[in-house]
Amino acid sequence: MAVDEKAKLAAFEERIANGEKIEPKDWMPERYRKQLIRMISQHAHSELVGMLPEGNWITRAPSLRRKLTLLAKVQDEAGHGLYLYCAAETLGIDRDEMTEQLLSGKAKYSSIFNYPTLTWADIGTIGWLVDGAAIVNQTMLAKCSYGPYARANLRICKEENFHKRQGYEIISIMANGTDAQRRMVQDAVDRWWWPSLMMFGPPDTNSPNTEELMRWKVKLKSNDDLRQRFVNLTVPQARAVNVTLPDPDLKYNEETRNWEFGEIDWDEFYAVIKGHGPMNRERLEARRSAEERGQWVREAARAYAAKKQAKEVA
Amino acid sequence: MGSAKQHDNDLFEYLLRLGDDRLILGHRLSEWCGHGPMLEEDIALSNIALDNVGQAISLLQLAGEIEGKGRSEDDLAYFRETIDYRNLMLLEQPNGDFAHTLVRQFFFDVYSYYTYLALEKSLHEGLGAIAVKSLREATYHLRHSREWILRLGDGTEESHRRTQVAVNHLWPFTGEMFEADEIDERLTAQGIAADLKKIQLDWRKVVNETLAEATLEKPEDRFLPGGSRQGKHTEHLGFILSEMQILPRSYPDAGW
Ligand SMILES: [Fe+2]
Ligand SMILES: [Fe+2]
Repeated sequence: MAVDEKAKLAAFEERIANGEKIEPKDWMPERYRKQLIRMISQHAHSELVGMLPEGNWITRAPSLRRKLTLLAKVQDEAGHGLYLYCAAETLGIDRDEMTEQLLSGKAKYSSIFNYPTLTWADIGTIGWLVDGAAIVNQTMLAKCSYGPYARANLRICKEENFHKRQGYEIISIMANGTDAQRRMVQDAVDRWWWPSLMMFGPPDTNSPNTEELMRWKVKLKSNDDLRQRFVNLTVPQARAVNVTLPDPDLKYNEETRNWEFGEIDWDEFYAVIKGHGPMNRERLEARRSAEERGQWVREAARAYAAKKQAKEVA
Repeated sequence: MGSAKQHDNDLFEYLLRLGDDRLILGHRLSEWCGHGPMLEEDIALSNIALDNVGQAISLLQLAGEIEGKGRSEDDLAYFRETIDYRNLMLLEQPNGDFAHTLVRQFFFDVYSYYTYLALEKSLHEGLGAIAVKSLREATYHLRHSREWILRLGDGTEESHRRTQVAVNHLWPFTGEMFEADEIDERLTAQGIAADLKKIQLDWRKVVNETLAEATLEKPEDRFLPGGSRQGKHTEHLGFILSEMQILPRSYPDAGW
């Protein structure tokens, strides 16, 4: 490393240590830029793919008001995708390139969206658990060292809290409803609980990026710490509505004040990441077909804008 | 029929027409959610779906109140059959490609905009209030779909071709928009409903001008037989309703 680079790196790390935000025009190490592009684009893709499992229940929502709130929620997720793509673009990558990486499988998205939504209780459970887990993660990211990403997460968190409340409301109404509804709720929670815990990523012992990301304050807490926080928040919520979390090892530790939980099936986690989840193929296929079927529309919009501009110049 | 009773029945029917139009269109638009040609359009189409379903809620709620049989907006949405629905056949047509969706949307948006513009002055207070609030949304919807008609019509060769196909295909459904029956006539005479004859003039003007500007041809006026305001529909509506109504019909005792 040249002397100059070393000095820049030292100054960069000092700014981060002092809690300053890094802005797009500031000098940053290539690794920092790369890691952020990876994380932000993955986050953006997750918002986008996340619209699919819930979006397909809008037409089946059981009341007009539920239809309205689900539509609004899925629309919010599209908005999150948009802020995040914009945040990533400040690092010198454009949206088309990110889309290409998603469709080619080079870029990942949150594995949770590779599970199917089977009943209306899934919509409540996703709001409660999946948005709930996202909040824990994004609350941390709202304090991260990269300014545009921190600000995007701050905006997103406000809406996610609303999503979580609505999801939990669906669950508590159904859990206090008919036998058929209670059965749907328990079944949905049984299916979504473990994948929600996996949303925080691999265990700290097997998380190669964590050390560097924490030093640069891209992340402020480790995967396992965030996961624990989520479990601690969620167990009392499950008890309040008489829903059983599918983990016989779940127990409260008086000393650490943590809810200890059982072993996560990491084989499943890695299999789903590699594309062997129940819905991987459909999710990517849906994105690919939206891109393909939308191509002539985007071309038309560009051609029309160019024609208009030419007319204005003339 | 006695005049008070007939009046309520007229108003109930009229509100169903307005509400069902927006509910069914909102349903179709929400099918795009997550599948739009670009993220910005996903947001715009779900926003428009949201407004339409929101307006349907207000309109059907008022319909239920006027009917006076204790039916809520959800009862009206989820427990009526195809032959009870009063939406235009245009709105139950499948989304097709983006051009079909936007042409359908444009035809309806012009209609809806002028309907609300008239209903703002409705002598029925509740309906007038809904119109005031909805007109702002309808104005945005119309701007959105009109701009797309221009872009698609005058964009590329392919977009022009697709949009012309959509216009030709959907045009025959637009005739029944302006078919006034006795209910329309009575309510219009009372200053409550929008005058369909006047709306037709405004609709023609905006649609003709927009198609011309978009370099699209206006098809000949050959219209399909109407009757959706009396419960006649295409086969598509039955499938929409079976999907939409599945949960409340399967679990009539459940709350959600
Ligand atoms: Fe989100
Ligand atoms: Fe969310």
